[in-house]
Amino acid sequence: MIGRYALRFGALGYLAVVLAAPVGYVFWRTFEHGFWPAWHAVTAPDALHALKVTLILAAIAVPANTVFGVLAALAIVRHRFPGSGVFNAVVDLPLALSPVVVGLALVLLYGRGGWLGGHHVVFALPGMALATIFVSLPFVVREVVPVLREIGTEQEQAAATLGASALQTFARITWPAIRWATAYGVVLTTARALGEFGAVSVVSGHLAGQTESLTLYVQDRYQAFDEVGAYASAVLLALIAVATLILMTTLKPKQETR
Amino acid sequence: MAARAAALPAPRARRSAAPGLAVGLSTLYLSVIVLLPLAALGWRAHGWNAITTPQAVSALELTLVASGVVALINAVAGTAIAWTLVRDRFFGQGVVNALVDLPFALPTIVAGLTLLALYGPRSPGGVDVAFTRWAILVALLFVTLPFVVRTVQPVLFELDSEMEDAAVSLGASRMATFRRVIFPNILPAILSGVALAFARAIGEFGAVVLISGNLPFKTEVVSVYVFGRIESGDTGGAAAASVVILGISFGILLAIGGVRRWAARHDR
Repeated sequence: MIGRYALRFGALGYLAVVLAAPVGYVFWRTFEHGFWPAWHAVTAPDALHALKVTLILAAIAVPANTVFGVLAALAIVRHRFPGSGVFNAVVDLPLALSPVVVGLALVLLYGRGGWLGGHHVVFALPGMALATIFVSLPFVVREVVPVLREIGTEQEQAAATLGASALQTFARITWPAIRWATAYGVVLTTARALGEFGAVSVVSGHLAGQTESLTLYVQDRYQAFDEVGAYASAVLLALIAVATLILMTTLKPKQETR
Repeated sequence: MAARAAALPAPRARRSAAPGLAVGLSTLYLSVIVLLPLAALGWRAHGWNAITTPQAVSALELTLVASGVVALINAVAGTAIAWTLVRDRFFGQGVVNALVDLPFALPTIVAGLTLLALYGPRSPGGVDVAFTRWAILVALLFVTLPFVVRTVQPVLFELDSEMEDAAVSLGASRMATFRRVIFPNILPAILSGVALAFARAIGEFGAVVLISGNLPFKTEVVSVYVFGRIESGDTGGAAAASVVILGISFGILLAIGGVRRWAARHDR
């Protein structure tokens, strides 16, 4: 009995010290002097522009990676092809690779002297979009693959036997089975895309009001000793993260009881 | 039976066209988005002395040691949290369960800023770890928190309680039951989570960059070192160091694949 309580308070205490206390404290510091200073900080022109850049990046990366994610999951589960092991490992790579390395790789490819250099990609939105797509690439694939594996091919084969085309089979059989997994993957992809910092930091060139996303703006405000600005934009990002969490918890049961 | 066998080849031939397209398109996408930039990275890496300087070696050592310590702490804390979430019942459990995913959802720079606010120079509790190696540890613990919890939790949930009941009825103590019955079952999940946490810790940048102070030889992790090389215009050296990081990350991913295959074999 004592052991159980010790474990409970140990585990919860660890969560409080590492996670809950720091995040809670930043919320408190942001609204220390009321709501309006924080509001003015996040509605400053540069902050709004940074928010717009962040939303544009997510709007490019999320649809691209969703389509890719479903296709890649189909490829991994439904098809044996040479090099599928390497394919799998490369899909996972963005999860493990340092974002700074990702940013540098893009600079070296599209920057001055690169194979595809000279097209106004680096230090501009296209490069930032490519970086965001890179880092948020694995999530839809990783959510859809286990579901595809679990449902097997019997229903799809039956549909095909009854004369359904490949597209019909996908629309009527496969898609209804994987849609919640895809939705869950989309939520994770969006969270990752909105929060990317390292890769975008290397590729963007940090031009305030031009190529500055909201995460870069947080750092920029902090380094300019504008604590209110930094905390307020951090809280805005944290609120988006909390919304993501709520979406995740509501989508999870649907996925499991599918 | 005969009719069914005769009907089978046609749909199979038809099915193979669509996945073939899926393989082709997704391979093309993966090549353009991931492989082409990484190829450019390898191609333009030069100045290999950038990875043998004392500063680079020190950054790499610090990163590996800190990530190792963080992975070990996660093995214990993550398993304890997973246990509390599955086997314990208390008020607010659902909220705690959702909270565990927060580090996945929270941007890393925000994580760094929050840690700096509470455990930095202006800490309300007087705990100031900023610009020390402790800061790196705390930052890495924050971002890697969900990995072990989320790999161990489902396994613990699915675990058959019959084996435990049998062990207890045969007179095994709680400790012995855990050590002999539960632990061997969740070990593959722990290892897989630990490896993921380790891989993530090695590449971490956003959470560390504000709070560590980035002092060479003291608190400079390898991602920050590469960033510094880029800033000072030495992209060749930065690329060389990046190739080393890339090799380590890829190695860990292959190891995780190995652990999963080993776990799948031991499952039956």
